Amino acid sequence: MVDLRNTEADAATEGDTRKAGRMGALALWLTDDAPASRVQAQAGQAYAIARSFARNPLAMLGAFIVGLLIVVALFAPWLAPYSPVGQNLEMRLMPPSAEHWLGTDELGRDILSRIIHGARITLLIVVMVALISAPIGLLIGAVAGYFGGWVDRILMAITDVFLSLPKLIMALAFVAALGAGLQNAIIAIAITAWPAYARIARAETLTFRKSEFIAAVELQGASNLRIIGIHVLPLCMSSTIIRVTLDMAGIILTAAGLGFLGLGAQPPLPEWGAMISRGRSFILDQWWVATMPGFAIIIVSLGFCFLGDGLRDVLDPRQRDGR
Amino acid sequence: MSALSPVPDRSLAARFSDRTGTVLRFVLVTAMTFLGLLAITFFIGRIVPIDPVVAIVGDRASQEVYDATFRQLGLDKPLITQFYLYVRDVLTGNFGMSLSTGRPVVEDLARFFPATFEMATFGIIIGVVLGVPMGVIAAANAGTWIDQVIRVLGLLGYSVPAFWMGLVGLAVFYAGLGWVAGPGRIDIFYDGITPVVTGMLTVDALLDGDVDIFLNALSHLILPSAILGFFSLAYIARMTRSFMLDQLSQEYVITARVKGVSERAVIWKHAFYPIRVQLITVIGLSYAVLLEGSVMIEIVFSWPGIGNYLTTALLSADMNAVLGATILIGTVFIVINRTSDMLYRVLDPRSR
Repeated sequence: MVDLRNTEADAATEGDTRKAGRMGALALWLTDDAPASRVQAQAGQAYAIARSFARNPLAMLGAFIVGLLIVVALFAPWLAPYSPVGQNLEMRLMPPSAEHWLGTDELGRDILSRIIHGARITLLIVVMVALISAPIGLLIGAVAGYFGGWVDRILMAITDVFLSLPKLIMALAFVAALGAGLQNAIIAIAITAWPAYARIARAETLTFRKSEFIAAVELQGASNLRIIGIHVLPLCMSSTIIRVTLDMAGIILTAAGLGFLGLGAQPPLPEWGAMISRGRSFILDQWWVATMPGFAIIIVSLGFCFLGDGLRDVLDPRQRDGR
Repeated sequence: MSALSPVPDRSLAARFSDRTGTVLRFVLVTAMTFLGLLAITFFIGRIVPIDPVVAIVGDRASQEVYDATFRQLGLDKPLITQFYLYVRDVLTGNFGMSLSTGRPVVEDLARFFPATFEMATFGIIIGVVLGVPMGVIAAANAGTWIDQVIRVLGLLGYSVPAFWMGLVGLAVFYAGLGWVAGPGRIDIFYDGITPVVTGMLTVDALLDGDVDIFLNALSHLILPSAILGFFSLAYIARMTRSFMLDQLSQEYVITARVKGVSERAVIWKHAFYPIRVQLITVIGLSYAVLLEGSVMIEIVFSWPGIGNYLTTALLSADMNAVLGATILIGTVFIVINRTSDMLYRVLDPRSR
């Protein structure tokens, strides 16, 4: 497998050089073996990453799905054919038709419009969870790895305790304590999500803790805060981004599960899990009410999985296959 | 990883002390994790916006009754003392009373756990029986369309909501095709006949020698555990594939191939043999995750297990029951996690 990929990559590089002749000056500048400036080197690296990413069809599909989610969420009011909350009891529980592509629910609301608006909630949840848990995890991991000793031992002991607890159950218990609602669901999921990032950040930090550039900045008298913030954390970013992307599917599923139990976003918000829960009573006769939001969840989660897998293959070949 | 000694030390005493070290470490880490779990549930119990005293005496009780109960619960003591009392209570099996069932939580847990255990165990069996061969096949055909199909199937396991799959499964296999029985553990006219021994209906029915009840219970069990199994299958197949790829790129495999060993024997005898130990950890981990994942499935299938108990308690703000169930699932999770980790270390000669 590894050998295979290498030959593929070699073949691709040769192809690139040949192609570069046809593609003109910009491509040549980007693929230059001896970049003249830092900007050129970075642009060239980005170009190489983008090229190898584009060769992976599943990764591209994932990027497309995630992009679609963002576009749909941003332009929901203009894309949705109907209002997500507008009731029409004469049209209740109508099967999919030309008028209502995915049918209507028990209050006559258009399911497609609700799914489109629900994309906003899903995007909000994943972005918020990532924005809360990734920095916490990164900071804890980087501090533990940088200082080592008892700081490391204590922080990692806490991390390991959280890591070895069942995530869904802990999220449930936290929501039970904090009260149902979208905001509390986000907090509860973030509390269970950070330990993985702490582990990664620590492992990354340990690999270059003893390297010369850190010693050089230390000798120049940089403070610990500065070293961690400016020199350590940026180097942990790529593996954290990969991990966050891979975790997104799990976060979406947990959020949908909380919504399904009535503990997440509250009605009439069109949260996908809550929509499935409402369709549960009609699953045998009006199957579309519960199944359609499920497809939305599956497509978006799969999109994040594909994207995460693709990013890992491109950015961090070492981590391939493990999870 | 435990201490990796570069020089293989063959003395019996050293080996013994190494193993004792592993076991000691296991006990210590497990105990610490368990204490961490209790600290979290204790913390959750503290931040609940429900006044535990009012929950017991009601909001019309006089100040004296309130104060007496306040002291009786130990709420006037410092936090660390309260935590100590809490740990002592949990260790002696005192989780308090469940407000919704009116029974001690620990009795409820004992009554509901076997159903969850039964479902998760069937699920992991299905996951292993299908997932391991799938992973091996994917590795043997790495890079081909077979590998891609198995990869996407595995990723589906990470992307499909369990409760949704349960609903669709019920609609298709129960209502549509009529292949399996519906929600619940047993048909109503068989209910309560089998004497309770293990609490697992299929096992109890077999012990009782009642084939009809066994078949009925099995037809109720098969769909929810198959769905659970699908989720473990995803992880098991993925990891098996990755372990197999590691082995297949080793030199001894090339040697075997050069010697003319058939491809079938290379894969199943030579390459598969050494990964069995690694698989133990993976299977243990998935089993723990299944116990957790069964929560959502249980709700959809009205399965009278811990997940159902936990969510019913959640919705009626019955914190004793919520925390009791959380501690139980958390403990089983930790124990399985740590045990598979330790088994790996004890069984795999390379990690010694």
